[in-house]
Amino acid sequence: MLGWTLREVSAALKQGQITPTELCQKCLALIKKTKFLNAYITVSEEVALRQAEESEERYKKGHSLGELDGIPVAVKDNFSTSGIETTCASNMLKGYIPPYNATVVQKLLDQGALLMGKTNLDEFAMGSGSTDGIFGPVKNPWSYSKQYREKRKQKPHGETEDSNWLITGGSSGGSAAAVSAFTCFAALGSDTGGSTRNPAAHCGVVGLKPSYGLVSRHGLIPLVNSMDVPGILTRCVDDAAVVLGVLAGHDCRDSTTVQDPVKPLTLPNLTDVSKLCIGIPKEYHVPELSSEVQSLWSKAAKLFESEGAKVIEVSLPHTRYSIVCYHVLCTSEVASNMARFDGLEYGHRCDINVSTEAMYAATRREGFNDVVRGRILSGNFFLLKENYENYFVRAQKVRRLIANDFVNVFNSGVDVLLTPTTLSEAVPYVEFIKEDNRTRSAQDDIFTQAVNMAGLPAVSVPMALSNQGLPIGLQFIGRAFCDQQLLTIAKWFEKQVQFPVIQLQETMDDCSSVFENEKLTSVSLKQ
Amino acid sequence: MWARAARLVLRAWAGGRRGFTSKAEPQESGRVTAEVIEHLERLALVDFGSQEAVARLETAIAFADRLREVDTDGVEPMESVLEDRCLYLRSDNVVEGNCAEELLQNSRRVVEDYFVAPPGNIPLPKLDEQESFSQS
Repeated sequence: MLGWTLREVSAALKQGQITPTELCQKCLALIKKTKFLNAYITVSEEVALRQAEESEERYKKGHSLGELDGIPVAVKDNFSTSGIETTCASNMLKGYIPPYNATVVQKLLDQGALLMGKTNLDEFAMGSGSTDGIFGPVKNPWSYSKQYREKRKQKPHGETEDSNWLITGGSSGGSAAAVSAFTCFAALGSDTGGSTRNPAAHCGVVGLKPSYGLVSRHGLIPLVNSMDVPGILTRCVDDAAVVLGVLAGHDCRDSTTVQDPVKPLTLPNLTDVSKLCIGIPKEYHVPELSSEVQSLWSKAAKLFESEGAKVIEVSLPHTRYSIVCYHVLCTSEVASNMARFDGLEYGHRCDINVSTEAMYAATRREGFNDVVRGRILSGNFFLLKENYENYFVRAQKVRRLIANDFVNVFNSGVDVLLTPTTLSEAVPYVEFIKEDNRTRSAQDDIFTQAVNMAGLPAVSVPMALSNQGLPIGLQFIGRAFCDQQLLTIAKWFEKQVQFPVIQLQETMDDCSSVFENEKLTSVSLKQ
Repeated sequence: MWARAARLVLRAWAGGRRGFTSKAEPQESGRVTAEVIEHLERLALVDFGSQEAVARLETAIAFADRLREVDTDGVEPMESVLEDRCLYLRSDNVVEGNCAEELLQNSRRVVEDYFVAPPGNIPLPKLDEQESFSQS
C-alpha cells in the first residue's frame, strides 16, 4: 500500500481499507528502516500521530476534508514549521524553531495532511547534489534498488556496493528520496534553479515547479526572491496536480502571488495529441549531454510525432548565457538575503562580545559553510558600486532576453517545450564530490534554471531506466500560468512511457540491517 | 602590468597577514586586489578564510564576464517576471501581532523585551590588527 499513489491511498482511506493512524505508523516504520538514506533531518512522529488521530475522527464522522486528509507528507527543511525545528541544513539555523507555518505548510495541514518530518537538503538550498548540508549527504534510494543492483552484478569488477551509493541530486534531495522510498506520498521541495526537478529526475519521481506567482513563498526561507517557488514531488502527475490544486492561489502574506482566481485542478485524460505543438529547443543539444538521455529525448519526441502531434525544432538563442546570468543574479540576491542572519534575533550566535560587528562576523563565519560564504562574497562583488552596472544590471538585461526567447517561442504556436532535465543519470557520491559546488551547479542546472528566470511552469517526468538501471527524467516547460495544460500533457506522456516502479523491498531489508549498527551522527530522529 | 601588481599585493597580503600558503596563486585574471577583498569582507561580514576562496571568487568573476559577449544595448533590465501586473497592496491595518514573547524565545540573549547586542559603533579591526579577533 505504501507504494500506491496519493490518489489511490486516498481512495483506500475513504473506503476504510486503512485508517490514517495505520497508514501513519507504516510510514513511520519505513522512515526508521530507511534512516540510512538520510532523507529526513527531523521526523515529527508525535505531530504526525496526533494529526492522524484527528484525521481518523473526521473519517469516522464522515467529514473528511478532502483528498489530502490522512495523507503522510514531508516538507523540505527550508519551509518554516510552527514548533518544529527548521534548519536549512545549516549551523546558522540549528535549533531554530519557527513560531509560524509557511503558507504552503498551513494549506497542507488545513487539508488534513500528516506532517511526517522535515527533509534534508544542501545548506540553504545552495547545491545540486544534496551533499552540502551539515547533516550529511542524502543517499539515492535507487542505489539500493533491485534494478540497479542487478545491473551492477553483471559488471566484472564489482566494487563494494555500499561505498558506491548515488547522489539524489538537489537541493531538494531529501524530499525526492522520501517520496521515492515510499516514506510519504508527496513532499514539498523548493525550486530556484532546478532544485525540485533535478532530484526528481535522479530519484524517478515527478517534480513540479509551478509558475512564479501561483504558489505562496511566505515562510519559505528565501534564496533568490525573484525566482524561488515551492516545488511539489510526487509519484505521478495526477498527484502533483492534486497538491498544486491545494497550494495554488493568492496569499495576502506574499505580494508576489497573483490574484487571479484559481480553478480546481483536475487533469483530463488526453486521448488526442494531434492538435499539440511540441517545441524542441535546439540549443539544449549540448555536448555534455549523455548519449542515453539524448536518445530517450529523441524517442519521446518521436512518440509525440507518431501520435500526430506537431514536433518542431525551436530556438532559444540566449540559452548559453542563461547559466551565467543565473549565477550573477543568484549570488547577488543571496548576498542580500543572507544579511538577515546576524545572530541577534534568531539562529546561531558566537561567543564573541567585543563589538556588534565582531559578533556579526564571527557568527556568520561559524554559521555558514564555504559554499554559502562563497556565494555571499561573489554577490557582494557583483553589487559593488563600481560593478553594479557591469554585472548585476547587465545580468538583469540578459534575463529579459532569456525570458523573451520563451515568449517568442510560445507566441509562434508552441504549446510546451520538451527538454532533458539533467545531463545524465545520478552519479556515485565519490564521483560527484570531485568537482566543487559552483562548477557542479553550473553543469547540473543547465536545463532547468532558465525556466526560473522566465517564471514559467515546468515538470520533470521519469521516462525510463538507463542501461545501469537508473531513472532518467525529461522536462516539459509550459506557458506562464498554464500549469494545468502542462500537467495534462505530462500526464499523457507518463501514461505512454509506463516508468517502472522502484523495487526496494528485498535489498532494503539487507541494507537496513547493514546500517543499523552504523553510527549516522548526522541524522537526528526526534521523538 | 596592473594585473601583476594586483597579484603581488594579494600574495603579500595572503602570505604575510594570515599565513595562507601562497602556492595556489590565482589562475584567473587576478583582478581582485587586497583592498577589494578587505572591502568585501566588511560588507559581507564573512571572511574569505583561505587563498582558495579568493581563487574561487576570481573564477566566479571570470565566469560572469561571459555576459559581456551579449549585446544588451537598449534592453531594459528585468527585475521581476510579474512586472506587467499590479503589485498587490493590502490595506494598512494591523492584522497580527502580540507575539513578542514567542519571537524573543529564538534569541540567544534577551533582557526583558530587548534583544541584547554587544557594544556598537566599534568598527572591525583592520586586517593587520585582526589577530585577536580572527581565530579561524
